[in-house]
Amino acid sequence: MWIYEKKLEYPVRIKNPNPKMAKLIITQYGGPDGELAASLRYLSQRYIMPIPEAKALLTDIGTEELAHFEIVGTMVYQLMKGASPEEIKAAGAADYFVDHGRGVYPQSAAGNPFTAAYIQSKGDPITDLYENLAAEQKARSTYEYLIQVADDPDVIEPLKFLREREVVHFQRFGEALMKVQEYLESKKYF
Amino acid sequence: MRNNERARLLDEIRAIEFMTIELNLYLDTHPDDQKALNDYNTYTKQLMALKDEYQKRYGPLSNFGTAVSEYPWAWINNPWPWELD
Repeated sequence: MWIYEKKLEYPVRIKNPNPKMAKLIITQYGGPDGELAASLRYLSQRYIMPIPEAKALLTDIGTEELAHFEIVGTMVYQLMKGASPEEIKAAGAADYFVDHGRGVYPQSAAGNPFTAAYIQSKGDPITDLYENLAAEQKARSTYEYLIQVADDPDVIEPLKFLREREVVHFQRFGEALMKVQEYLESKKYF
Repeated sequence: MRNNERARLLDEIRAIEFMTIELNLYLDTHPDDQKALNDYNTYTKQLMALKDEYQKRYGPLSNFGTAVSEYPWAWINNPWPWELD
């Protein structure tokens, strides 16, 4: 089961609304390489992991991704909060506004609603861990693109934290992959 | 209204908890690293003490039986994590 902790893993204190940035950052909420996809991917794949290290790692990174889902949702909420309909329209976010107001909805920057088609759970630990290595790199790229188009330090700092976590997760998944490969090799010969 | 002391304590909790998260993931793939494990246990004890202090002053950080509440039920109190504090 999960226990909720009433705080963010990394603080978000955005003072100036920016609907244009909200509409871009939301892609890490419900887009193809976003945090919801990451969390569902790892928490669904963990059942078939053959060694305790990998079961633990997928559970723990899947859980940390939920905390990141909350950080990104908070960023979108704070970026939309207090923006007038005129400002939202001028920012090119009127399409989002008419569907969701200032609410937080899992979609990509291009407006595609979240879908489980973004993830795979293949029932093969090697395949799944390779998918996760790629997923972490794709998320890192997305955070780098977001940082390139952001200009508010209140926005950039949490994005940099999230980018850095992708790098750490990639490292850990690589170690888990090696351990799973060693385990499967040892089963083959003994 | 921004409660500076509450926000400061929460930042301190976040900093220590970050160490435990980072060490936790590392230990998942390096369960035999005794030094990392000692660090994990040290930070975890610090984190538990800081959370106790926070919860005594500002109410529960976690629900479902992980922290007691004063009357009236303090779990619902603002601010929630997405709100500027």
